[in-house]
Amino acid sequence: MSIHNKTIAQLSQGLKAGDFSSVELTQHYLDRINTSDLNAFITVTDELAMKQAQAADDKIAKGAGNILTGIPYAHKDIFCTNGVKTSAGSKMLDNFISPYDATVSHKLNQADLVMLGKANMDEFAMGSSNENSYFGDVKNPWNENKIPGGSSGGSAAAVAGRLAPFATGTDTGGSIRQPASLCGITGLKPTYGRVSRYGMIAYASSLDQAGPMTQTAHDAALVLNVMAGFDEKDSTSTERDVEDYTASLNDSIKGLTIGLPKEFFSEGLDDEVASQVMAAVKEFESMGATVKEVSLPNSAYAIPTYYIVAPCECSSNLSRLDGVRYGYRCDDPKDLEDLYLRSRSEGFGEEVKRRIMIGAYALSAGYYDAYYLKAQKTRHLISEDFKKAFKDVDVIMGPVSPTTAFDLGSVKDPVSMYLADIYTLSANLAGLPGMSIPAGFSQNLPVGLQLIGNYWSESKLLNIAHQFQQQTDWHTQTPEEKG
Amino acid sequence: MEWETVIGLEIHAQLNTKSKIFSAAATQYGAQANSQACAVDLGLPGVLPVLNKEVVSKAIKFGLAVDAHINQRNVFDRKNYFYPDLPKGYQISQLDWPIVGEGEIEITLGDKTKVIGVTRAHLEEDAGKSIHDLYDDFTAVDLNRAGTPLLEIVSEPDMRSAKEAVAYAKKIHALVQYLEICDGNMQEGSFRCDANVSIRPMGQEKLGTRAELKNINSFKFLERAINLEVERQQDILEEGGEVVQETRLYDAVKHETRSMRSKEEANDYRYFPDPDLLPVEISDELMAQIKQELPELPQEKKARFIKEFGLSEYDADVLTSQKPMADYFEKMIVNNADHAKLCANWIMGELSASLNKHQLELVDAPITADDLSLLVSRIGDDTISGKIAKDVFKAMWDGEGSADEIIEAKGLKQMTDTSAIEAIVDEIIANNAPQVEQFKSGNEKILGFFVGQAMKVSQGKANPKLLNELLRKKLS
Repeated sequence: MSIHNKTIAQLSQGLKAGDFSSVELTQHYLDRINTSDLNAFITVTDELAMKQAQAADDKIAKGAGNILTGIPYAHKDIFCTNGVKTSAGSKMLDNFISPYDATVSHKLNQADLVMLGKANMDEFAMGSSNENSYFGDVKNPWNENKIPGGSSGGSAAAVAGRLAPFATGTDTGGSIRQPASLCGITGLKPTYGRVSRYGMIAYASSLDQAGPMTQTAHDAALVLNVMAGFDEKDSTSTERDVEDYTASLNDSIKGLTIGLPKEFFSEGLDDEVASQVMAAVKEFESMGATVKEVSLPNSAYAIPTYYIVAPCECSSNLSRLDGVRYGYRCDDPKDLEDLYLRSRSEGFGEEVKRRIMIGAYALSAGYYDAYYLKAQKTRHLISEDFKKAFKDVDVIMGPVSPTTAFDLGSVKDPVSMYLADIYTLSANLAGLPGMSIPAGFSQNLPVGLQLIGNYWSESKLLNIAHQFQQQTDWHTQTPEEKG
Repeated sequence: MEWETVIGLEIHAQLNTKSKIFSAAATQYGAQANSQACAVDLGLPGVLPVLNKEVVSKAIKFGLAVDAHINQRNVFDRKNYFYPDLPKGYQISQLDWPIVGEGEIEITLGDKTKVIGVTRAHLEEDAGKSIHDLYDDFTAVDLNRAGTPLLEIVSEPDMRSAKEAVAYAKKIHALVQYLEICDGNMQEGSFRCDANVSIRPMGQEKLGTRAELKNINSFKFLERAINLEVERQQDILEEGGEVVQETRLYDAVKHETRSMRSKEEANDYRYFPDPDLLPVEISDELMAQIKQELPELPQEKKARFIKEFGLSEYDADVLTSQKPMADYFEKMIVNNADHAKLCANWIMGELSASLNKHQLELVDAPITADDLSLLVSRIGDDTISGKIAKDVFKAMWDGEGSADEIIEAKGLKQMTDTSAIEAIVDEIIANNAPQVEQFKSGNEKILGFFVGQAMKVSQGKANPKLLNELLRKKLS
């Protein structure tokens, strides 16, 4: 088995056993990144990575360190990294070298992880295909004419393309789960408030949540152990102890009740995707789970609700990018208004501008009640649907994305693009944890199965996913290597 | 036509916390530009606000002091607008759920009192400062002030004259200092007043169109700016024009107000609840604790001064109108409990006059409460007369030493030796036969002449009481 196909757990053993050093491992990944044409990275931090790898090796040599010491990873370029360009996929921040570390970045550093570079992404996490990056499209490792999904497209492609053992991602409306599904990897969006948002460039504050993107559920548990935790710098993070997410991976799932929302299997869902998802559900049944139909009647409103709430928040969150203190500034502004107007017109991409406009409009005097307030009420109803469903079932399952990865450049209408997140948005609106795990293929492209759990049920989700991965090998499949 | 003035005030009181409302940066005034602005204050990508809990306690204190309803669940909102000294492109403030709801406060004008409604008070962060005259082609931005906690206190339009507005503003000013939640420094901008002014024909119920006056940094300017605005509006209306709803800037140097922006140009602030901050939940325990820790407020202190020290209503009111003055009085009284009235007179008389003359605040007075207390003691124990004491006070003000040192050095100690005064009296009677005759024929007023003469001879040091007694005895 090639070293880059190993999971974190396997690499960790290899490092401890002295089969290879972190420096060798890191160099191996850097070589793969530098010859890859997936465009998964915006910045490759070769020097820093080698320094961190050396430090990790020193620690391992002394018998110190933890299970993740010396493991390389790709960091989504939305997390601020001290001294390293943090662009959020935007021209606006092409020149921004962050002077501080995000809490997640800090935690990963503390765990002796090795950052290979900053992963490509849709600009400010707005997009479902990674075609909205100022730094170019990311290609799907399974078929380079296809999109990898978004917004964490670079992260997903890096893990699927074996350019990194794992990557960080963020999920506002599906941005971890959808690219994980389309690239055939494991992605977890934790409960809102589980992972600190401090230093994670905000798209929609009430929805954004960071999580791991890995080959396996076991690896996701290992990484979540490091990422999760209360942060006094983030008022929306929750003061709740971090469990050891690996502790219950091996628990039996016999007697598990799976809820299938009928709304997730209706019009618009690709037949082959549907049949792969149902096959996975069958697999669970064979493992002793029972299946129940549930209803999430208000999930029909998830798209309109999301596309009010998220743009409203982003229209305000992105106001700080004004060309005054940092980031892109237009040439020769003739006055203040010109500075604002041109810096922002030239610095932001089309989709970002579209959402800022939608948000500013929806928050305007006279429209606020009809849009923002209404969306908040609907959001509450969507959460209530889940609460009701979780009285009867332990986990909700369904597709992640209505289709497999589509062709680069093929979806031009923004509203059609928004439909790509139809099954993932609800978990964000309700603040629930969700996962995508590999569950098959359709025409050589990966299909993901979505798991949505109750609040704070990350351990349970990881347990369910791990048990599935003990019985199936979808997650071990790798795209064909070129040359 | 007779017009009625209607005024409401918006007061921004800077809460005196060590660190900012949503970051750990210091709030010290006058530091080097941008040296007190951290990543959060700079609005860097990814940073998040964390509420400084101290500001909540301070706002509650204010609310309790004006008998207001405290919203134990209150919400921070974002007020969105672009300006270079507003780093995030929005100000965190409170719109629909302010921490302090409706309350009221009583003001005194002459012998009349009036209750002014407090509509609400909410917490918000201050913006930075734009400096337009530092460079020719650029505006400089200092973000030290960005994120400084403010309590915005909004009144009902209950005031009917500039004088009432000033009385209200002074009352709030005193209150925040009593509560020790704001240093009240108007020059440094820790206490700022914006005035909403409109006029209407006397007897009309409907309010006239208002103008909001900004940039007022003293009570004197508040009065002037309002009166100026009232005149301006009267001129417009009497000439058949219409007042435009707008924000006007007061220029103290030119003594004029000029339009800053009209209602049409006003921003749509696109307020919405800040998703980075959870609603503030205030526990009953915290409410009870703050209530218990509330210091003595002006009204209570006033009542105590009357009861404990026998001061008049008026004296007690003046002394308690400003916390530094009340503190000064209480310090003086420690060793002068028997001479409370005298202490009050000296603070309200000589001391206040001298402060006014030299345009000084009480806290900057060259004579401390202990110093003045000693001087009053010397009047009380008959060492010097009140008249001599005024000279001693002047010398103290000029830094010539303590009361005792000055009395000693200048030999001002009062003559209380009966025989010495008797000798002076005898001599004056002997030298002024015609005046003695006048007194004897019933002209009581002439006694003053003898007192004057005796004081002249004794250089003012004769004990007035003794002198009077001896004069009457010898003359009759």
